[in-house]
Amino acid sequence: MKKAKWFKDLPKQIPLVLLTIFTLAPLVILFFNSLKSRYNIGQDPVGFPKQILFSNYGKAWERSQFANTMLNSSILVVFTVFCVLTLGGLAAYALARIQPKGSGAVMFYLLVVSALPIWLYLVPLFFLWRTFGLLNSFVGLVIIYTAVNSPFAIFLLRSYLLKVPKEIEESATIDGASRMQIMMRIILPITWTGFLTVGLVVAVAVWGEFAIALTMIQDESKMPITTSFFSFADKFGSDWTLTSAVGIMAIVPILALFLIFQRQFTEGLTQGSVKG
Amino acid sequence: MKTKKEKKLNIRPASAWFLIAPILVVHFVTIAVPSAAGLYFSFTDWSGIGSAQFIGFENYKSFLEDDRYLGALKNNIKWLIFFMTVPFAMSLATAFLLSQVKRGTFFYRLVYFIPYVLPSVIVGTLWSFLLEPDAGITLFLRNVGIPGFDKALLGQESTSLWTIAFVDNWHYWGFLAIIMLIAMQSIPTELYEAARIDGATLRQQFKYVTIPGIRPTLVFMIMMTAIWSFLVFDYVQAMTQGGPAGSSEVLATFIRAIAFEEFSAGRAAAAGMSMTLFTGIILAIFLTMKKRGWEI
Repeated sequence: MKKAKWFKDLPKQIPLVLLTIFTLAPLVILFFNSLKSRYNIGQDPVGFPKQILFSNYGKAWERSQFANTMLNSSILVVFTVFCVLTLGGLAAYALARIQPKGSGAVMFYLLVVSALPIWLYLVPLFFLWRTFGLLNSFVGLVIIYTAVNSPFAIFLLRSYLLKVPKEIEESATIDGASRMQIMMRIILPITWTGFLTVGLVVAVAVWGEFAIALTMIQDESKMPITTSFFSFADKFGSDWTLTSAVGIMAIVPILALFLIFQRQFTEGLTQGSVKG
Repeated sequence: MKTKKEKKLNIRPASAWFLIAPILVVHFVTIAVPSAAGLYFSFTDWSGIGSAQFIGFENYKSFLEDDRYLGALKNNIKWLIFFMTVPFAMSLATAFLLSQVKRGTFFYRLVYFIPYVLPSVIVGTLWSFLLEPDAGITLFLRNVGIPGFDKALLGQESTSLWTIAFVDNWHYWGFLAIIMLIAMQSIPTELYEAARIDGATLRQQFKYVTIPGIRPTLVFMIMMTAIWSFLVFDYVQAMTQGGPAGSSEVLATFIRAIAFEEFSAGRAAAAGMSMTLFTGIILAIFLTMKKRGWEI
């Protein structure tokens, strides 16, 4: 009985398996290539390495100054996520629970702002940041990332906060809790998975952000992994073994995060686009 | 009623603005002010440094005769056509299959989503290796005997743009498929059962049950994808930087190039405004359709 069912599924499974290969093969090839010698890669650019060279990773780590770029990207991710969750979270809380007059206008403003292409304001922003001395600075980049990522975060956080029953807050007030205590001790513990989802989505966005970093950071020692990888591939492009190894190192942290929190990622990214 | 509750909660609603204001200030400085400045500079001959002279619509007019601008716009339209068809066909078919099979759905959902979370530059660079004519997948395909892979796909004017679109789609289609799948799963199974009892084939079920059931999501994603088609930057910059000979240039790479290589900040601002206009037009089309009561 069970076998027959499996069999019936087969015609539908075949295309799905082919698409799995289509999706994973390039990543597997990238991994293989990161372990090959340059000679091996020239002879066989897609297959399994003849001799596994873990030393590529050591070389790639050093030449791309990966420790430094990874630190840069981590700083950007941590501070942006923090700013988006606190500033965006406070705004979302006010918009969901207090709803002062003009909340509608704020939501509309955020909607419009999130629909504006960055290419409308990136060039003037570059010159503005230059006058402020915010080029080549993490502070400057974190401010921009916070602005760009927060509309989506506010929409999503607001929708989570709206689901919290009002009675919970009311009874806490009667018990004498302050606004801040209510937020930290009651609202946050109930909605923390929502905050986690938003934080993860922002983390992925910042880790992979390219256009703004390319414009705002020219100092190599301050580059995040994306622009650093871009210039590394430019310099060492002929050496695929090293470039592939750097690519793998840049992918692994985000891939690990995705595999651990895949449910939150799928929810955050799909809802973020459909609701946003 | 409301005031009573607010009293109970012991806050004045005005204090809510202390919570909203910080993020609004960040927005104002980073997005609103530069956007307004962009609008102003688009009517000037500003180079990025020094003073700007007001020149009216000259920047905008110059685009009408600028082959580089028009070429970039044409490529954005080609991109739009590609992304209105290929990823949607792939993701709808895949999501429908996924909603039918019993085994492996969790695995497939996980795998198809992976490319979407990977950094675009790394994906783009990885693929440009794989597509090198004397190596990578192209060599493999040539050795297997599939014709058309003996040239540099990214190095040829006729194929560069489509090749980048293919790679961007590799990263995008799976995400779209999962969105479609989530929408499909909200369709009540009774509808499929009823269709089956009426003798509907799988194809008819797809056409008359699935598509109408996911229509709001489908239309929304068509709109978003259309808007994104005008903003594309990362993959083009990572793989060809608009080349060869401008054959894969899009508006975003054009704006970047004229702003920071030719120091025509005024023209770049005008090009940015035109991009905003195109995305605005798409948005307006969908909103009017919705207002007219089209079933979307």
